[in-house]
Amino acid sequence: MSSNNKPVLLYGGILLIGIFLPLALPAFQTQISVMWMMVTFALTWDILGGRMGYNSFGNIVFFGVGMYASASMQHELYFDIGQFEVISDQFNLQLTPEKYLFGLGLGMIVGAVICVALAWVLGSGILSLRGHYFAICTLGLGVAVGELAGTIDYIGAGSGMAAPVFPLAMGSAGLFYSYFFFILVVVTFFSLKWLYSTRFGLAINAIRDDEDKAEAMGLHTTRYKTLAWCVSAFFLSFAGAGFGHLNGFIDPLDVAFPGATFGVWMVLMAILGGKGTLWGPVVGALAFHITQEFFWSTLLGWQRVALGLMIVIVVVFFPLGIMGWAREKWPERFGHILEEESS
Amino acid sequence: MMIGALFALAAFGMALVWGVMNVINIAQGEFVVLGGYVAVLMAQSGIHPFFAIFVAPVVLYGVGWFFYQTIIKRVVDKDLFTSLLATFGISILVQQLMNQIFGADIRRAPHGFGTWGFFDNLVTVEQVKLLTALAALALGGVMVLFLKKSRLGQAIRATAQNARAARIMGIDTDKVYAATYSLNAAICGAAGAMVAMIWVVEPYIGLVYTIRAFMIAIIAGLGNLSGVVLAGLGLGVAENFAGFIMGAEFQIAFVFSLLVVILVGRSILLGRKREYLK
Repeated sequence: MSSNNKPVLLYGGILLIGIFLPLALPAFQTQISVMWMMVTFALTWDILGGRMGYNSFGNIVFFGVGMYASASMQHELYFDIGQFEVISDQFNLQLTPEKYLFGLGLGMIVGAVICVALAWVLGSGILSLRGHYFAICTLGLGVAVGELAGTIDYIGAGSGMAAPVFPLAMGSAGLFYSYFFFILVVVTFFSLKWLYSTRFGLAINAIRDDEDKAEAMGLHTTRYKTLAWCVSAFFLSFAGAGFGHLNGFIDPLDVAFPGATFGVWMVLMAILGGKGTLWGPVVGALAFHITQEFFWSTLLGWQRVALGLMIVIVVVFFPLGIMGWAREKWPERFGHILEEESS
Repeated sequence: MMIGALFALAAFGMALVWGVMNVINIAQGEFVVLGGYVAVLMAQSGIHPFFAIFVAPVVLYGVGWFFYQTIIKRVVDKDLFTSLLATFGISILVQQLMNQIFGADIRRAPHGFGTWGFFDNLVTVEQVKLLTALAALALGGVMVLFLKKSRLGQAIRATAQNARAARIMGIDTDKVYAATYSLNAAICGAAGAMVAMIWVVEPYIGLVYTIRAFMIAIIAGLGNLSGVVLAGLGLGVAENFAGFIMGAEFQIAFVFSLLVVILVGRSILLGRKREYLK
């Protein structure tokens, strides 16, 4: 990153990919949307996991809550929810583009507000746990919320609910959402880049390195920890809202709170790429998603077995991840000066 | 309520691994379920599943030894999260392999025991529940004796106290770790065989057992057997009661919510002790 041209070229290249990839591969637009969503997952997980040293298995909660909140908002706005319950299986909500976009935007904002509030409330309790206890507690949280969502009649209980149908007048849903998720990735990336360069970034790094010392130095650790979780929840709720509408149908266990798939993947992707770096989660998510699509198509039925194997291999043999490995291999490209050379 | 004794067994194994190796084994529940499938397979091939209580530990000892040698060995001295995630990987791996091999259906091992009636059948006790509870307690007792008296048990306890000092005293800690992890798997296997008889097994239920074992271990403290048994029975009662009051669909949600509540409550209690930091 020493010369000024490199980042511009890199960002420009990614921008071009973001714009033209869905156009070039129209058959894979949904997969491309999901790919950008994976990048968002890994980036948001890394706020806590990599930067703050709090390894959460429960971030999926905010994904699901954001999804349910936005979809419920659409139904609330344009449809009597009482009627919806009766015919939820056959019914598809058809909307004009203006109504759809307005509902989507409003739903996302409401979802984000709810998620941030939820993160604040949960965070003030759970974030006082440390190490193992935090990890297991969030693991329990993710499953508990999913199971609870399956019992609430308002959002369709165990049988799930349908998101509004994407209006035909607006063209392809895959194209719309691949751009939506790409913009989300860009916004998330630069927000985090900015956040990590502020006092906030330094504070959460200090918490990762030694929480007691950070506290003794006068940092209000609980406030920073909760804030970090809120940031994470904010971006995840947008991802959830987008995915709920892209998928069209929201099931409590498989789509909204899929702890065993998305919930684990976000951890794995961030570690695969290299946690605690800005580019690591991006690289990890892209690498993971592309390999995973490969597994899906060739190892039908065995892909989850491969996933378990992959977690073990990554954790045991590549704990530093791709970026960590690259940093050790070419330290000078990351602005580090080798000690052997200086002495 | 008898099921609580089985939770206690799994929790005892988890506390053992946690205390000795400083590894939290997320794959605990998967070992339980795997033990259950051993009983199911034996029942299918015509052997009475009660013998699975003796066969499953042997099988699971091998499984545990295999995972120790391939995976756990490499992460045991790394930081806590690495080992946690590694066992989580094992958990998914085993779970999905079971799903592929045995299918996603709910399975059970038919046992053919009747029920005993007391007080003119006012109180009925299923024989199998009583027998398994007794077997679980006996197994727990044997484990405690083993840890206290045998040479290997003493080595395990020495390693738990101070691995480095134990190594200086000539204890092969690598072997001790292998034995501990495999023993834990064996205990889980026995518990699983009992679960298959009095309840059901399915590939995806493992995580619930892990969480239960974890909860019991943190409530009771590490290495406190009577506490583990009491907490296990208590959890069994609480769960059945909650399932009865709120409905069966809340049972899994109850287990996981209880975990969150216990952990947060525990940190608030502990937080009082470190108030000088604020």
